[in-house]
Amino acid sequence: MTVVSYVLYGLIGGGALLALVRLAMGPSLLDRVVATDTLLVIISAGLAVYAALERDPTVVPVLVVVSLLAFVGSVSIARYVGGMLRGSVTGDGSDLGLPVAAEEREARG
Amino acid sequence: MSAVLDVVSMTCLVAGAFLCLTAGLGLVRFPDVLSRMHAGTKPQVLGVLLVMVGAALRLQGWSNAWMLLLVAAFQMLTAPVSAHMISRVAYRRRHVRRDLLLVDEFGAAPAGDRLYVGDEPGDAPPEEPEIAIAEHVVDDRGPGDGAPRR
Repeated sequence: MTVVSYVLYGLIGGGALLALVRLAMGPSLLDRVVATDTLLVIISAGLAVYAALERDPTVVPVLVVVSLLAFVGSVSIARYVGGMLRGSVTGDGSDLGLPVAAEEREARG
Repeated sequence: MSAVLDVVSMTCLVAGAFLCLTAGLGLVRFPDVLSRMHAGTKPQVLGVLLVMVGAALRLQGWSNAWMLLLVAAFQMLTAPVSAHMISRVAYRRRHVRRDLLLVDEFGAAPAGDRLYVGDEPGDAPPEEPEIAIAEHVVDDRGPGDGAPRR
């Protein structure tokens, strides 16, 4: 049982670390939103794994709160970025002074 | 009976945790926002479902099982909504590796779309109704013709 718990925490910790790497690297705001969303899901999975391994149901209501927060956060940031593009004629915000997307630069070069 | 339940729940938990690791790997290795979303949403539905099933089998009592079921149902309801909004904004903001796309049905539209900005409610009427109707009826102007009107 302890081996299984090490394996579980190792897998979840590795996933969380890699999501943190993407959160730090960016390069854009939407990358960070996606990474935060995934990180919160991984955190709730980790809480559920802890509850299952220890047979400890006290963290179960926390799961509901975490999943609610993940949804509200990602939707509000997506709406914020969409609001920045609202007056843009070209549609991508390049005429409003927003930087060129890193994916565009990579596709060209 | 209890041992069988433990084995089943541990299998579900390991599968869900493995999906969490694959999500992290995909987030780091994939090239643009849309493909990173593809990787990141793997644990959002299947991973969370597996982990919740495993935890509900391990925890005794129906109240815990109902609360875990609530979490799973909430994830399945909210994941498509947030994914749709993020991907819509990401496409408009050009966070797409266009050279890696096989099909880009949206790219033929001239200069983005004039009619929908992407963050209005789904049943919102078009902002410029005559263009909306004209684009459905008359389609012979070519893609680069119409200058953006806003």
